[in-house]
Amino acid sequence: MSNAAPLLQVRNLRVEFPTRRGTLVALDDVSFEIAPGEVLGVVGESGAGKSMTGAAIIGLLEPPGRIAGGQILLDGRRIDNLRYEEMRRIRGKEIGAIFQDPLTTLNPLYTVGRQLAETMTTHLPIGPAEARRRAIEWLELVGIPAAAQRIDSYPHEFSGGMRQRVVIALALCAEPRLIVADEPTTALDVSIQAQVIALLKRLAREKGTAMMLVTHDMGVIAETADRVAVMYAGRIVEIGPVREVVKHANHPYSAGLMASIPPLDRRVERLAQIDGAMPRLSAIPEGCAYNPRCPQVFEKCRRQRPELMDAATTRAACWLFDTETDRE
Amino acid sequence: MFAFILSRILQALPVMFTVALISFAMFAYVGDPVAIMLGQDYTQAQRDALVAELGLDQPFWVQFATFVVNAAQGEFGLSYRLSRPVAELIAERAPATLELAFTAAGIALLVGVPMGVYTGLYRNSWLSRFFLTFSLVGVSLPTFLIGILLILVFAVWLGWLPSFGRGDTVRIGFWTTGFLTVSGLKALILPAITLGLFQLTLIMRLVRAEMLEVLRTDYIKFARARGLPNRVVHFGHALKNTLVPVITMVGLQLGAIIAFAIVTETVFQWPGMGLLFIQSVGAADIPVMSAYLLLIALVFVTINLIVDLLYYAVDPRLRIGRGKGGH
Repeated sequence: MSNAAPLLQVRNLRVEFPTRRGTLVALDDVSFEIAPGEVLGVVGESGAGKSMTGAAIIGLLEPPGRIAGGQILLDGRRIDNLRYEEMRRIRGKEIGAIFQDPLTTLNPLYTVGRQLAETMTTHLPIGPAEARRRAIEWLELVGIPAAAQRIDSYPHEFSGGMRQRVVIALALCAEPRLIVADEPTTALDVSIQAQVIALLKRLAREKGTAMMLVTHDMGVIAETADRVAVMYAGRIVEIGPVREVVKHANHPYSAGLMASIPPLDRRVERLAQIDGAMPRLSAIPEGCAYNPRCPQVFEKCRRQRPELMDAATTRAACWLFDTETDRE
Repeated sequence: MFAFILSRILQALPVMFTVALISFAMFAYVGDPVAIMLGQDYTQAQRDALVAELGLDQPFWVQFATFVVNAAQGEFGLSYRLSRPVAELIAERAPATLELAFTAAGIALLVGVPMGVYTGLYRNSWLSRFFLTFSLVGVSLPTFLIGILLILVFAVWLGWLPSFGRGDTVRIGFWTTGFLTVSGLKALILPAITLGLFQLTLIMRLVRAEMLEVLRTDYIKFARARGLPNRVVHFGHALKNTLVPVITMVGLQLGAIIAFAIVTETVFQWPGMGLLFIQSVGAADIPVMSAYLLLIALVFVTINLIVDLLYYAVDPRLRIGRGKGGH
């Protein structure tokens, strides 16, 4: 873990969805930090709360979802309780976002140049001519050939991979210090995925931008992230350096998740799989949310919920690592 | 661009030709113009002379060809009822109808679009609920009832506005306008609201539905994530994406407003083409009716062309054949 003062701190974040049948807790007691320039990978099954965490950080939770508890701090300043207009000035300028599907993230009726320029003139003290010049620069930087000509093209005139490059340029053009990338490569062809990840990694390193990389692609995580957080049913179950989590996961769920990655160097008869499915938000079991599926479950897991605790090289929310727990 | 317009005009020709055929058939087979024009007492010689003069002794296709050639030159013959050239009658009445129609459409757009945006953005505010309830009234009340109610309130009870007619008009060339006099403007208010109310509520509901749809899209979320101000997100990014269906409907509705201003013109005794048409129907004045039919067809065809051009302007994806290199 980096020793620098954290850029982003998420403390005990709780997100709730009020529904007719009562309140659903989508995120519960989520805490983590991201240091300047650090890449934190966030993994987990669909519905585990990965994207929700990203949406909460950029202040764009879908109503009626709301932050019901905890704090989000950027550079030590609370940003979870800001008014819409104050948060708007942070979005794009301090925290950039990259969405999943480049085919739908760009406004089809405006040229890419215009969309880049309007983002920059909104946040930076520059005029339209300078914004246009920088827009061309950004398109070159993200590897769009003949940027000066393509700047007046509309999104539909680009391929999916090229559009995601434009989206990356849009997310970075006001030079934010943090990028929340929500499954940035999921919608792309496999051959394009590697290029886009390499680009994102290179730009983040060059600009010193920290990144929260939400994905369910372990390959992307292993290649890009410095640390990994594994989420399950709205909570972080394990967090630690990428090598440790991928190679020696401590939490039984992370271990199961990592074991289900097919190894490239040998053939296996059957891929490891985790039996059962993640519980719905309305039916999260008492105790540890993973206990019905856990191969190492014991009595305490069914009664009491574990917090993150030190587990060798990572931190895991599992009673297996509680020195004071009697396992019988 | 030019080729596009040309192709659309070529496509419009068969439409106009078909309408001409129908209106000519009406001319030729509904009623007996000779009997109407001659009155009750006439000799066979007088009748034969008039038939020859009108060309009614010619075969159908010859008559039709003559009709088309004349119509293309704006020549529709004499009105049976008023014994004046039809073209002249229509030219006299058209400004009244067009001014009324465009004012009504203007009100519908200028009020309906912002109301639609508002109700789309603030779905649950009490003002949105009020607008939606009000729009139900606008959609469901028949035009003549709205007109009569407005007359009752603003002309009879309050006495603020005139209940009928066009007020004083100013002649500019062939065009008579009511826009330049106070009484002309006052006379325009009630009929324009009556005519535009239905379109207003329709536009409001359409814009609202489209806004709700567009606001859910990823590019709007992304525009917010880029920190663009709300004004830009709502009126720049979202509203522009609702425009294609709105343009389609406004175009069709504008045609409908011009063509079917009849009820409003009757209620307010507005001296426009609709009133002329109703009076012509009453008198079986076929030249006026067929000319009106052709004119309305022309209006619809023209509006459709303009609508197509506006699509082209709004949505770059529809600009085919403008390829800028591949992917």
